[in-house]
Amino acid sequence: MNKAMKQARRLVVPIAVFAAVLMLGACGKKPVKTAPPPPPSPPAGPSASLSANPNSVAKGEAATLTWETTNATDVQIDGIGPVNPTGSRQVTPADSITYRLIAKGAGGTQEATARVTVTAATPPPPVQTAPSATEEQMFNQSIKDISFGYDSYAISSDQQGNIQASAQFLAQHPGIHFSVEGHCDERGSTEYNLALGDNRANSVKNALVQAGVAADRIRTISYGKEKPFCSEHTEDCWQQNRRGHFVYQK
Amino acid sequence: MKNAYKYSLTLAAFIFLASVVSYSQEDWIRTGTGLGVEKVRLAAADFKPSSADPRNTALLKAFNDTLWNDLNNAGIFDMVSKSFYPLSSPAVPAEVKFAEWNAPPPSASMLAFGSLGVTVDSMTVQGWLDDVKNPQSAQVLAKQYQDKPTTDNARIIAHKFADEIIFRLGGGIQGIAESKIVFISSRSGHKEVWMMDYDGANQTPVSKQGSISLSPRISPDSSRIAYSSVTSAGGWQLQMYSLELGRAVSFPRFSGTNVSPAWAPDGNRIAFSSSQSGDPEIYVADSSGRNLKRVTTSPGPDVSPCWNPKTGAQIAFVSGRSGLPQIFTMEADGTNAQRMTDQGYSVSPAWSPNGQFLAFSWMRKYGPGAPGAQDIYIMDIVNKQWVQLTHDGGRNDFPSWSPDGRHIVFQSTRSGSEQVWTMLADGSIPKQLTTSGGNTQANWSWK
Repeated sequence: MNKAMKQARRLVVPIAVFAAVLMLGACGKKPVKTAPPPPPSPPAGPSASLSANPNSVAKGEAATLTWETTNATDVQIDGIGPVNPTGSRQVTPADSITYRLIAKGAGGTQEATARVTVTAATPPPPVQTAPSATEEQMFNQSIKDISFGYDSYAISSDQQGNIQASAQFLAQHPGIHFSVEGHCDERGSTEYNLALGDNRANSVKNALVQAGVAADRIRTISYGKEKPFCSEHTEDCWQQNRRGHFVYQK
Repeated sequence: MKNAYKYSLTLAAFIFLASVVSYSQEDWIRTGTGLGVEKVRLAAADFKPSSADPRNTALLKAFNDTLWNDLNNAGIFDMVSKSFYPLSSPAVPAEVKFAEWNAPPPSASMLAFGSLGVTVDSMTVQGWLDDVKNPQSAQVLAKQYQDKPTTDNARIIAHKFADEIIFRLGGGIQGIAESKIVFISSRSGHKEVWMMDYDGANQTPVSKQGSISLSPRISPDSSRIAYSSVTSAGGWQLQMYSLELGRAVSFPRFSGTNVSPAWAPDGNRIAFSSSQSGDPEIYVADSSGRNLKRVTTSPGPDVSPCWNPKTGAQIAFVSGRSGLPQIFTMEADGTNAQRMTDQGYSVSPAWSPNGQFLAFSWMRKYGPGAPGAQDIYIMDIVNKQWVQLTHDGGRNDFPSWSPDGRHIVFQSTRSGSEQVWTMLADGSIPKQLTTSGGNTQANWSWK
């Protein structure tokens, strides 16, 4: 069954490539056919430039678009419409947006783009929300997942450094609560992997408790092989899935 | 062509291997799975309409297909191909021409026949089984059924009639045509509990947890389904669904990971794995969840318990206490633990209804670089002799026995995705039951 499918796929790929080549060839020929006989002196191609100032605004604030074109008879900006060959305009985009200017002239078409990034609503008192956000960020940066050998829930010596570093960070941030998820690779049975994942989560918890972290800060849950990080059937991927994964909770 | 050649080679190799396996080994599977009887050559004529109602055509199609499949699936009949049948088939006993059925080409010994007809709001089915070798007293079975004219009812009546024939000709074995299979399907986007007829018909959703649900096990009286789900607040918890009430009923929560419930044959107790002590161990409780008692004490995973359905006194389970997971048995109170498998990675034990065999999933060679074939095996619990049942590639897991002990439902990736299959308990006649989404962890009802 599998072999037959592989063979079929082997056939399909060259056919698809061949078809693509045919189509590309057809596209390439078309303009040649419709192009007029070479003009005696081709008109100069248009040029175009577009800029936004400032290029990053808070939501609700305005930015100024400025543009310049030459040798263009028809100038448009997507989302704004036809505009003068040279000019400027105020815009107040709701979300981050890339403005695209198209200048068409006898000598061809030229495009220019400018991006305005819209940041989230103005954060007036940056003092209050910042620490908790950075605490979670710091947690995610400082705490490394613990990886396991196959069918093992023992914390190997090369993971002890991670445990100690995590314990140190957690001692400095005593308000953080978190959970440890036990994960397994896709091989073996669903039920056994749930039990094994539970052992893994508890191994990590116990190691942290031994290193001085209060047990009531740590929740454990097993996901067995239900929520893999990586879904390929390779040893590399399996190793990534055999882990105790930390999730920040408050 | 190449595939056909390869297949015939494999088949030849298999036949060769089968013939060198000692007779004593073959005997024990055959006795064990009740296949000792010689196959009866059975003809099943298409039932005929007994009224002029236009609904008859569709109902007869459902009825005839279901009856044929049931008799064919039973594995105890040599079914006479319909192409050998005489041109006219009987609708009533007076129309049976014994010589035509008994002589070649059909050479049948038994003939099932009858009629189905709708009048107003009622469907009547009359079915007979005749011993066509014995015209003097031919009638073995005569049955009449009546119900509302729906295709579901036509299928149910066909199942009932098939079970009567199997019971009569199979030496008293109970038919399984009315049994059910519960399983996990991801087709809705979440892994939920589903249920279907034993032949894969009527696949219907049961649970609506919206998270991840696993390990459904149906109670011996088919009134409840125990399973486990991941809950937002409390991790993995056992759930109890009442098929009579059509909804989940309350069940106590425990700390830790609570998974893989299993019913005792009396329906009053369940065993399951819980890590409430900090380590996954087997617990036994009343089916209400009360009177909880821990029965294993080894560090490492202890999971997937399964009662001996014959005695209700032993539990088979999977333990990682000695390294890779192996199958163990113990008394239901936790004493006398014995390791059954001696190597590889062994999981998912299922005890046969007669108490004699364990079916389980085994990677006999497991580890980095090993081919990792995972197949269904059965083992005689007394002498630990085993036989491999699946050989067709893919990962094969979660066997569960049919009520008559002659079929096994399991999951396999051989078709490219995880699907539920059935086979006879000697490994023959594999049949795929599901196709939509991923389908796993099938559990066959007890009756």
